[in-house]
Amino acid sequence: MARTPAILLVEDNPDDALLVSKAAQATLAGIPVSIVTNGAEAIRYLQGDGPYAERALHPFPDIILLDLNLPLMNGFEVLHWIRSQAGLKRLPVIVLSGSLLPEDTQRAYEAGANSYLVKPVDLSGMLQTIKNMGDFWLRGTRLPDATD
Amino acid sequence: MMEQSTVLLAEDDPDDVLLTRLAFEKARLANPLQVVRDGVELVAYLQGDGRFSDRNKYPLPILLLLDLKMPRMTGFQVLEWLRNHPEHQGLSVAIMTSSDQDPDISRAYDLGADSYLIKPPDAEALLALVQRLHAYWVIVDHPLETCPA
Repeated sequence: MARTPAILLVEDNPDDALLVSKAAQATLAGIPVSIVTNGAEAIRYLQGDGPYAERALHPFPDIILLDLNLPLMNGFEVLHWIRSQAGLKRLPVIVLSGSLLPEDTQRAYEAGANSYLVKPVDLSGMLQTIKNMGDFWLRGTRLPDATD
Repeated sequence: MMEQSTVLLAEDDPDDVLLTRLAFEKARLANPLQVVRDGVELVAYLQGDGRFSDRNKYPLPILLLLDLKMPRMTGFQVLEWLRNHPEHQGLSVAIMTSSDQDPDISRAYDLGADSYLIKPPDAEALLALVQRLHAYWVIVDHPLETCPA
């Protein structure tokens, strides 16, 4: 991949967002993590609406880390929307949720999630999760061409 | 947690099977690696047909490493079969193939593959890949609970 990969984090809880950012800074050197705080904003970001048209500042993501419990539009709705868009249907979406409920895992996979991660509660757990996630998805995996 | 989670490899090339087994051993993974040699045998395994009905010996896997070019039933056909069998929705599927052709990559994701890996060129790279696979799919990914068949 010629350009630096980028991650979009959709997370409304500022503490969790900070934890993910810190973990990414520590373990995924130089990979930018953009953050939006609700589902509707995630869609604007992906569509390149308004300020998000500036892709140098708001890079189109290679993977999305998606919380489920979000204001305006929840994670399931965002997933359904992504999978219904011709240019986004293959974009890897990794759910990062506080929920251990089997029905949430099931709904997420049904809606087209590539993977489901349970949010670690502390920084050391988050460091491991984000590192393993980055090693696999950004160093090991052939990502789809989302644009055709 | 999930220390004994089974990984199932569907691969017809005996050399690749051997290399993958060695990589799992060398990585000192507790995960039992099960192997099927084509798509038909894979379906039998998942359905618990014949000898595969012994779930102590052949547990349902949490991760499937799926080759694309296999006799009798290809990896693409397996993906289609899985799509029609939602009881296996919790199975994470990583394609592991030598094809880096964009149409194959797109088709695999369209058919529901969770990720797509190119077979590494040597044993050292394969070991590194197996370690990343384990670190992600077994340690941090949260699998959907599968009902015992």
